[in-house]
Amino acid sequence: MKNNNVIEVENLTKKFGDFTAVNSITFEVKKGEIFGFLGANGAGKTTAMKMLIGISKPTSGKAQVAGFNVFTQPEDIKKNIGYMSQKFALYDDLTVKENITFFGGIYGLSRAKIKEKRSELVEELGLGDIVNELVGSLPLGWKQKISFSIALLHSPTIVFLDEPTGGVDPITRRQFWEMIYKSANSGTTIFVTTHYMDEAEYCDRVSIMVDGKIEALDTPKKLKEHYKADNMNEVFLKLARG
Amino acid sequence: MKRFIGFIKKEFYHIFRDKRSLFILFGMPVAQILLFGFAITNEINNVDIAIFDKSNDATTQEIIQKISASKYFSIKQNITNEAEIETVFQKGRVLAVLVFEKDFKKNLTKDNAAKVHVITDATDPNTANSITNYISAIIGSYQKGINKNSTLEYQIETKSRMVYNPELKSVFMFVPGVMTIILMLVSAMMTSISITREKELGTMEILLVSPLKPFQVIIGKVIPYIFLSIINAVVIVILSIFIFKMPVQGSLFLLALESVLFIITSLSLGILISTVSATQQTAMMISLMGLMLPTILLSGFIFPISSMPLPLQIISNIIPAKWFILILKGIMLKGVGPYFIWKETLILIGMTLFFIALSVKKYKIRLE
Repeated sequence: MKNNNVIEVENLTKKFGDFTAVNSITFEVKKGEIFGFLGANGAGKTTAMKMLIGISKPTSGKAQVAGFNVFTQPEDIKKNIGYMSQKFALYDDLTVKENITFFGGIYGLSRAKIKEKRSELVEELGLGDIVNELVGSLPLGWKQKISFSIALLHSPTIVFLDEPTGGVDPITRRQFWEMIYKSANSGTTIFVTTHYMDEAEYCDRVSIMVDGKIEALDTPKKLKEHYKADNMNEVFLKLARG
Repeated sequence: MKRFIGFIKKEFYHIFRDKRSLFILFGMPVAQILLFGFAITNEINNVDIAIFDKSNDATTQEIIQKISASKYFSIKQNITNEAEIETVFQKGRVLAVLVFEKDFKKNLTKDNAAKVHVITDATDPNTANSITNYISAIIGSYQKGINKNSTLEYQIETKSRMVYNPELKSVFMFVPGVMTIILMLVSAMMTSISITREKELGTMEILLVSPLKPFQVIIGKVIPYIFLSIINAVVIVILSIFIFKMPVQGSLFLLALESVLFIITSLSLGILISTVSATQQTAMMISLMGLMLPTILLSGFIFPISSMPLPLQIISNIIPAKWFILILKGIMLKGVGPYFIWKETLILIGMTLFFIALSVKKYKIRLE
């Protein structure tokens, strides 16, 4: 992989029968970058992301994630990425501690490593006694933070966040973005999909997908200049309406 | 391997923390076997009957004596007129009335024929049938006794012997059925629900993005249920041996092997169900309607297959439970060895492979 790109995508396409969900997209993501992957519902962002995380096979094109080919090395990709879904999927009937142990375990972390990571986590998030409570009894904001921390447990090169702030209040969202900044500063690349346009402003660079194609890709600042808009919301509306 | 153990541990947490599934897993088998064993029975025991003896002579007294001495009947009351027959039935006091004609003994000795009328309450046809048969048998044996001295010229004597279940205990018929149903329920329904639950919660996606391979996820989810199903099978066999005196004539080892085979068949069905259903509710509906009902109705568990209409008899062949019940009855009651049940065993193995192949195919389509 040349220079320091951790994701390189070239003409990546996914077709379901006659329907083209993702139409020949091309972009790259640099190491340590917060890359915003924007688009309306149904624009194809989730499909594109599923190809990158190795659970959906592209129809054509080229893509490398963390230095591995999505066509031939999906298993290697899986070891090097973290993933957090929009459902903040954790096991409700397991305690926080058990969830951490379980997910650490399936990524092959040793028992000592899991223990170390867990105490780190407890301290960072200020979990305290909550660590022994069932996840089901926690408020959404907690689940979101824990879910994110678990996605980072095995120190992945890139972490993919699929609409990570859906359904939480603005303050919690703000706190969550602080967590994102923190891990980006420590070198983790963040690939985040969202449809909150104010969040797009927090990203280093954003791409905007419309009907399966990437219509714009740049820093939020340049996009605003280019489309003569005050905020990302306007940029998005201009693009989406064509 | 270590990943795998963590996975199975997690699966046990799910099971032991969910009271509902715990109940289905452990309460249900015990409750069902006791229910079927004690409550649902075709045998007759101490059935209340009434006697209307118009003759009241030595012969009728002897017959009545014989009937009341048997453990099957107890004489609740004596009736003195025709009208009362209707009344005792309506009140539900008795299930049968025995009417001896007038001058019973006289007719018997003079005309060589006397009539006794057995009237039964056929709101429950099976019981009515059994009562009639039992009373006929008792009277028949009495008749034989008095004929001993005289020699009839031509006489065909029917001697019958019931083998494999000489006392015709219905629990012997139900145990294999209940065991089959329970293993099916635990293995197919519980697995399909637990797999679809992960889909519904979104954790399946997380697992698929992790380095775990899809088949590892499925096997990890299935192993705890194999383990629990085996425990269930053991509990059922122990209960039936010690409480219902169910014999296990054949080899216990063979019984265990065949049970494991059937558990795997059911699990593969459960996996198949989970690949076609997106929610726990769908999985449960498919398991209940698509598996439990046909299993109960068409497997020969309650209704004999041989008396079904031909189309249903043909359909019954595709129900795995039918073959397993045959195997169980063979081993437990007849004491047969592998040689006699290889065909059934092969059919179950074939079905299992078919279900697994189909699941793998469906699963791949989903991942595309």
